[in-house]
Amino acid sequence: MTADPALKTTPLDALHRELGARMVPFAGYAMPVQYPAGIIAEHTACRTACALFDVSHMGQAYLHGDDAAAVLESLTPGSLRELKPGRQRYTVLTNEAGGILDDLMVVNCDGHKLFLVVNAGCKDADFAHIAAAAGDRARLEVLPDRALLALQGPKAAAVMAHFAPAAASMVFMDAGPLTVGGIPCFVTRSGYSGEDGYEISVAADQAENLARHFLEMPDCTPAGLGARDSLRLEAGLPLYGNDIDTTTSPVEASLAFAIGKRRRTEGGFPGADRILAELQGGVSRLRVGLKPDGRAPARAHTEIQDTTGRTIGEVTSGGFGPTVEGPVAMGYVEPAFSEPGTPVVLMVRGKPLDAHVVALPFVEQRYYRG
Amino acid sequence: MSQMYFTEDHEWLSVEGETAIVGITDYAQQQLGDVVFVELPDEGKDLVQGGEAAVVESVKAASEVYAPVSGTVTAVNADLEGTPALVNEDAMGAGWFFAVSLTDPKELDNLMDQDAYDAFVAGLE
Repeated sequence: MTADPALKTTPLDALHRELGARMVPFAGYAMPVQYPAGIIAEHTACRTACALFDVSHMGQAYLHGDDAAAVLESLTPGSLRELKPGRQRYTVLTNEAGGILDDLMVVNCDGHKLFLVVNAGCKDADFAHIAAAAGDRARLEVLPDRALLALQGPKAAAVMAHFAPAAASMVFMDAGPLTVGGIPCFVTRSGYSGEDGYEISVAADQAENLARHFLEMPDCTPAGLGARDSLRLEAGLPLYGNDIDTTTSPVEASLAFAIGKRRRTEGGFPGADRILAELQGGVSRLRVGLKPDGRAPARAHTEIQDTTGRTIGEVTSGGFGPTVEGPVAMGYVEPAFSEPGTPVVLMVRGKPLDAHVVALPFVEQRYYRG
Repeated sequence: MSQMYFTEDHEWLSVEGETAIVGITDYAQQQLGDVVFVELPDEGKDLVQGGEAAVVESVKAASEVYAPVSGTVTAVNADLEGTPALVNEDAMGAGWFFAVSLTDPKELDNLMDQDAYDAFVAGLE
């Protein structure tokens, strides 16, 4: 397969092609959607052993300065000033209407700078937005010459410990510099699969070397964006652009955990009026899990009806869950229908399919908390 | 003795007399990846050449299967309901979709034979 010159490539592009990946355009990059093993095998490898993902398309940056957390708090509802050095937190960038511009991971590196990981499709806009807010209070340093690998699964800790013994003592959402197989990296114990694992930021010119180290381990399988999507869907994790966007508030998106306790009284973030009002007075729709009763998957934009045929919402992500061994979906419904067990109807190709609202996640998250 | 025909949408037909058995090709199943659900037409349904006949769902996406010929559905492969992976394992055999009685055998003239289809696929890679 030849490369499309209009697409950007990650530092692992040659390795993906050598491994026989099917490359697809994603957020302006040529990315592996699957390897010859296939999405189900890659998904299962991540649930039972260890999978290696290339997520170098995502945006990485440092926000330098003692005021970095305060600057970022002006753009997000997260309590970031409380974030301790060496710890990571999930948050969202909100707009003035209380919608979500992007979701991101934030690390307090050492009290003097933050490390940010944002979505590929949003990174240019995010970084411009953050730099503008920072002014001369903090300095944004975008890191285009770094790759990002995700090592995920119940055996990720053993694979990682082989190359970096100190990684074993990290717990979920710990973060810090670490030498992995002799290569200097910045490592967080987190991910997007619902499993234990790590995300590893590494210089672009060392990325392939690092990836080959991991793939030499018998328990470690390369996995593409297809498995990444089915894993995160089973884990109940939203995908920006599908399940959350500029119109969905974090409260509607069932992400209220990302709104800090102090921020709930102080406010001071874009869209605080709407978001704090929704925390008090409720919302008109909520993100929920949806389990079709039959075998047919319900994809994004499938209409959700109540049992009388009235439209009550829309599926935002849906497909087949290899661990669930059946179709899984998430979407927004009116709050009156958000209780787990509520029967709903999904209109798939004009046919009504019975389904039930279920609690997320579909597959229990298995993060390592020590 | 049955005769094989192929479409540019990567369906195969095995025609014997007035009846055609229809499935998707091995190339198609490789492109789709793991098949997790197949929606088949009801027996007795009248299909029009080029119209929607079935839907095949992989982990990632749903794809339409178009009727390669006009005709009435005489049988469907019930095994696909419980074991959709048959499409991956044996696309040209046990993973067949449905059978139709042909309305107009002349429609077969528009389809490809094995050699023409192989050349067509080679041109895609």
